[in-house]
Amino acid sequence: MALSLAVFVQIIVAVLLVIGLMVGNAVVMVYVERKACGFIQRRPGPFEVGPRGLLQAVCDSMKLLGKQIFVPGNIDWPLHFLAPVVAFLPVLLLYLPIPFGPYLTSLQVDDGILLILAFAGLGAVSNILAGWSSNNKYGLLGAARAVAQSVAYEIPMIMALLAVIFMTGTMNLTTLVEGQGGWPWQWNIVRQPLACFIYVVCLVAETNRAPFDLPEAESELTAGFHTEYSGMGFALFFLSEYANMLLVSFVCAVFFLGGWRGPFLDGFWWTFAKAYAIMFFIVWIRWTFPRVRFDQLLNLNWKWLLPLSILNLWLTAVVVKLAN
Amino acid sequence: MSGLGFINPFGVRELPGTTTGDFYTANFAQKAQPGRVILNLGPQHPSTHGVLRILAEMEGEYVWRAEPVLGYLHRMHERMAEVKTPQQFLPNMGRVDYLHPLAWNWAYVGAVEKLAGLEPPERAQWLRTLSCELNRISSHLLWWGAFVMDLGGVTPILYAFEEREKINDILQIITGSRLTMSYFRLGGVCADADDRFLALTREFVPYLRERLKMYRGLVTDNVILRRRLEGVGPIDVDMCRRYGATGPVLRAAGSPNDLRRDVPYGTYPQHDFWPATGFPDDCFGRYLVRLAEIESSLDIVEQAVRGLPPGPIMVDKPPKANFKMPAGETYFAVEGARGQVGVHLVSDGGKNPYRVKLRAPGFSNLSLFAEAAQGTLLADAVAILGSLDLVIPEIDR
Repeated sequence: MALSLAVFVQIIVAVLLVIGLMVGNAVVMVYVERKACGFIQRRPGPFEVGPRGLLQAVCDSMKLLGKQIFVPGNIDWPLHFLAPVVAFLPVLLLYLPIPFGPYLTSLQVDDGILLILAFAGLGAVSNILAGWSSNNKYGLLGAARAVAQSVAYEIPMIMALLAVIFMTGTMNLTTLVEGQGGWPWQWNIVRQPLACFIYVVCLVAETNRAPFDLPEAESELTAGFHTEYSGMGFALFFLSEYANMLLVSFVCAVFFLGGWRGPFLDGFWWTFAKAYAIMFFIVWIRWTFPRVRFDQLLNLNWKWLLPLSILNLWLTAVVVKLAN
Repeated sequence: MSGLGFINPFGVRELPGTTTGDFYTANFAQKAQPGRVILNLGPQHPSTHGVLRILAEMEGEYVWRAEPVLGYLHRMHERMAEVKTPQQFLPNMGRVDYLHPLAWNWAYVGAVEKLAGLEPPERAQWLRTLSCELNRISSHLLWWGAFVMDLGGVTPILYAFEEREKINDILQIITGSRLTMSYFRLGGVCADADDRFLALTREFVPYLRERLKMYRGLVTDNVILRRRLEGVGPIDVDMCRRYGATGPVLRAAGSPNDLRRDVPYGTYPQHDFWPATGFPDDCFGRYLVRLAEIESSLDIVEQAVRGLPPGPIMVDKPPKANFKMPAGETYFAVEGARGQVGVHLVSDGGKNPYRVKLRAPGFSNLSLFAEAAQGTLLADAVAILGSLDLVIPEIDR
């Protein structure tokens, strides 16, 4: 694909829209998460700022913007300030190949999922940088956990997606959606239930959300790798966490839940509805389960998810071979 | 740990060979093996609930040596007891352990009564049992919520607080306060139970029993919680004996040791209950013991409401402001939510006690943490710390 001016403009516009989506998503999700958490915990949640507390997230972000950036002594300052940026920037790229609707794709990439998986790995790098440069032992422990966790969980995640790719024979996300029908029984989740299950577990672990939020385990490491971040540094981590959550939810919707195809009236609203349903699921389990221990987290991956995903991949390959 | 050695524009560079931290850290670091990290948890740390400080020598995720540092909440209660008359000192007892204040009320009042030979009337005794057990339930509920929060489950504590609020509402009727209660007086209690109090208590008992069933399904049977607790931090009877640990920690270790039954005081001989034993000696056992104790306390509350006799709530001639204890020495202990709450009181016959020693169960329970946490993962050490049910003001006194 030649990088013509039209494509360049298209990418710029797409990136701007993605930034808007990221910020809007964070604002919405902060409110949804706090309200959902409140209802799960039998309390009203935020209700003071604006009608039903709707402006709470806006207030919070204003507070974060206005906060003084406070850094501890003896930090490794280039890395310390680089880490939030490294966390935030790849997310912009990650959204480019996502087909939100039939015509609503920022960039048609043949190896779309490869691009996403490759750049999603940078999230771990930012966690290491943040933990290492903070001159804080909690940060260091959190960073070590983040690395081990994301390295471990990327493998079954890729294996699970690979099974679907074997089956459909494409890495282009738009083609993937077009291969699925509108009704739930025509989605890939029916044909690849195990892959979908493995992917959902890995999705929670990859985004460092409870019960797998070991890198920022509050009761052990106070805030883990971002202990020493305040103001916008923290806000960027926060923003990228929600953006990553939304991204993996979009990938799940595209791969397993039929993307923009719905029972009636195909369109981007289906993608968004499905992705936000998964987001709500992530929020829901966060406020329900206790946290697993670190060795249990890795055991779950290496002893269960990885063999299962290999088995699933092998079965898929055999079935595909026989069918052909 | 100055990263890759960039010049830091914001502060002084850490010179090699200099020790950082205070006396305790420096002292602790002297014995550390090379290559291990000294991690300082607290005094402001989410899992140390209050101002406990733990120094841990870590190798990766493993805690090889841990040492609690105490004294951040030392308020000289024992000294205050020497310069105040027993009546003046009573409010202090509600502030020693803010979760189970009535046990401390009882321990101090009981010690003075034992020395002075005061015998509170029957109704006062029953009210003491009733309020003390309600208070024990609220203490265990809060522990339950906080413990699950230590394990990363944030929701149960708010459920626990809902129940606790109900108990606070009930106890407020007779004690007049919700947190640092000071209900007991020398020779009785300060307020009588009215119909509203009794009706609310009667309602509350079956309500909490229902809720406990829900908690079992919601939290106790959760597979993640069980994996986090089962087999973690075993504490056997021998270790409890060496450190003087009492209460649920000792009972989970397998010893049916309960002062309410072993050294009966108040109306406990007339109640039908049995110390909760027969659980594993790990964190999960200590979790189950406390939940079982809530149920046995509910039984006692039910019996106490049913058997509450009529009559006065105060001795005929309550001690006046110029009350003088006879010279002598006494020790009175009650079973608090965390273990043996004891008051050793020495009087020289004056208005104020000559010396008062408060035996806090949390102090002994905490002292075994260093041994129990040896060689565990950091997350397990946090679980063990939580399973000991520490209340820092009580430990530091």
